[in-house]
Amino acid sequence: MNELLQGLIKAFELLVTLDPEVMEIAGRSLAISVTATLLAGVICLPLGGLIHFNRFTGKRTLINLIQTFYSIPTVVVGLFVFLFFSRIGPLGVFNLMFTPTIMVIGQVILIAPILLGLVIAAFSGVEKAITDTARSLGANDLQIGIAVLQEARFAVMAAVLLAFGRAISEVGLALMVGGNIKGFTRVFTTAISLETSKGDIELSIALGIILILISLVVNMVLNRLQQR
Amino acid sequence: MPLIKTVDLCHKYGGQDILRNINLKVEQGEVFALIGPTGAGKTTLLRLIDLLEVPSSGKIYFAGRDATASKRVRFQVRRRMAFVLQKPVVFNANIYDNIAYGLRWRGMAKNNIRQKVNTVLEMIDLSIPQDRNARTLSGGEAQRVAIARAIVTEPQVLLLDEPTANLDPLSAAKIEGLITRIIHQYRTTIVMATHDMAQGQRLAKRIGVLINGEIIQAGDPREVFTSPQSREVAEFVGVDNILDGVIVSQEGGMVAVEIGGNKIAEAISDYPAGEEVYLCIRPEEITLTLAKATTSARNSFVGQITRVVSVGPLSRIELDCSFRLVALVTKRSAEELGLDRGKRVYATFKATGVHVLRKD
Repeated sequence: MNELLQGLIKAFELLVTLDPEVMEIAGRSLAISVTATLLAGVICLPLGGLIHFNRFTGKRTLINLIQTFYSIPTVVVGLFVFLFFSRIGPLGVFNLMFTPTIMVIGQVILIAPILLGLVIAAFSGVEKAITDTARSLGANDLQIGIAVLQEARFAVMAAVLLAFGRAISEVGLALMVGGNIKGFTRVFTTAISLETSKGDIELSIALGIILILISLVVNMVLNRLQQR
Repeated sequence: MPLIKTVDLCHKYGGQDILRNINLKVEQGEVFALIGPTGAGKTTLLRLIDLLEVPSSGKIYFAGRDATASKRVRFQVRRRMAFVLQKPVVFNANIYDNIAYGLRWRGMAKNNIRQKVNTVLEMIDLSIPQDRNARTLSGGEAQRVAIARAIVTEPQVLLLDEPTANLDPLSAAKIEGLITRIIHQYRTTIVMATHDMAQGQRLAKRIGVLINGEIIQAGDPREVFTSPQSREVAEFVGVDNILDGVIVSQEGGMVAVEIGGNKIAEAISDYPAGEEVYLCIRPEEITLTLAKATTSARNSFVGQITRVVSVGPLSRIELDCSFRLVALVTKRSAEELGLDRGKRVYATFKATGVHVLRKD
């Protein structure tokens, strides 16, 4: 109980003093996860639209497969990224291991199934009558897609939030492919993991609280946007 | 050249025939109503005409051009039409944006859009601020917005699917008024589906009766209602009295038909003796009297009242004359004559009030 209280006090101190190391870790965590979420969004929104609006053999199986990957363990993604991008891997030539870039790539792979699956579900939740109405009013395929996206915007926003949450809160992948290098690839989760193993429980709690606060602020901002 | 022409149009869904051999022609500026019971295929036919679905077989021609030729042609032709769905559908946006969608999708300049949207907003007479979210509107208001959104694109063809279904009488009357204004103001070709026969009669110049995926009869509304070409059409258009009979004699276009119990009814027909027929008599053609009246009407049968039902200002009287007859009289007449259950009355109708239909 005492440690928790001390952790809270220290977190408050780190926040009000804008501790440079904490701010740097926070900035990096946000930059990596936001970039990964945006990239995943750029990939998954059109891809989700393509899957939703087109009829093809195996569509149901594909959606089931995508849903299966919702809960893929982060370390499994980390393992595959490691195998592909390590020096002996097929993409080792890019020399991306233990860089923020590979962390972004890993997070995109991690969150893409959940974002894709939820985007398809969000599109499916829009009444067929909306698609029919748009088509009958002379919309082309892209315009129909945008109209449906507008109708599904709240569900899509929720999917993006969930994907961002999964990206910023994962630790296994960041450790395996990022390496937790101080000042370079250290993010909240890897820092918390390290500080806890070092026995610096107060700092871990402080970082954890700040991580939750950041998630809270991002959620509030997005919710505010939704209400407009 | 008809604006819309369908040739042997068939559509299947899940292996089941939804539409069979639809051959339809709609002329430029015509108001055509598709009437038929629920599930007859009216909506499917409208969806095919709007090219929202590709027919299983057959062709759709728009101004002489094969509209089903390719995806590109379907898109181009669809942009010359507008379709208002049965359930009022509005986008999750304000009223103005809802109406402007079709124009924006056509890349129209903002000023033009504003001018056109304001014009149709005036026409639909919606006393609600245009910046209000359309999802907050009532069913009738939303349907008016949906019609405005369709008409603002100035389509050559307006397709309306049961535009007043599920609306209260006041909202339905407003929608009908709006459709009438569109007919007069825009002179748009309209194809509408309705299960409300009276509405079809009020709005359309021509009616097609769609039953079980087939257009059984098409023509002038009066003709369809007074001279149905099949038992199904007769039943659907409200002919309550359809009597089975056999022609026993025919002379100079006048037939005597045995309708059971040695009763003979007279009607106008050229069918020969021995032909099995249906006699269709609209309930409003039947006059009820307490005593046998001497009139020019050729048919008079005595019967007992079995049921009296109020239908607005009218009373629907069911009689047992050894065959069943239904008559419609005003409530006042029913009261004055004391037409109650069990009372014996004479049912009289003219030979010209009987439509003779040959059994298939």
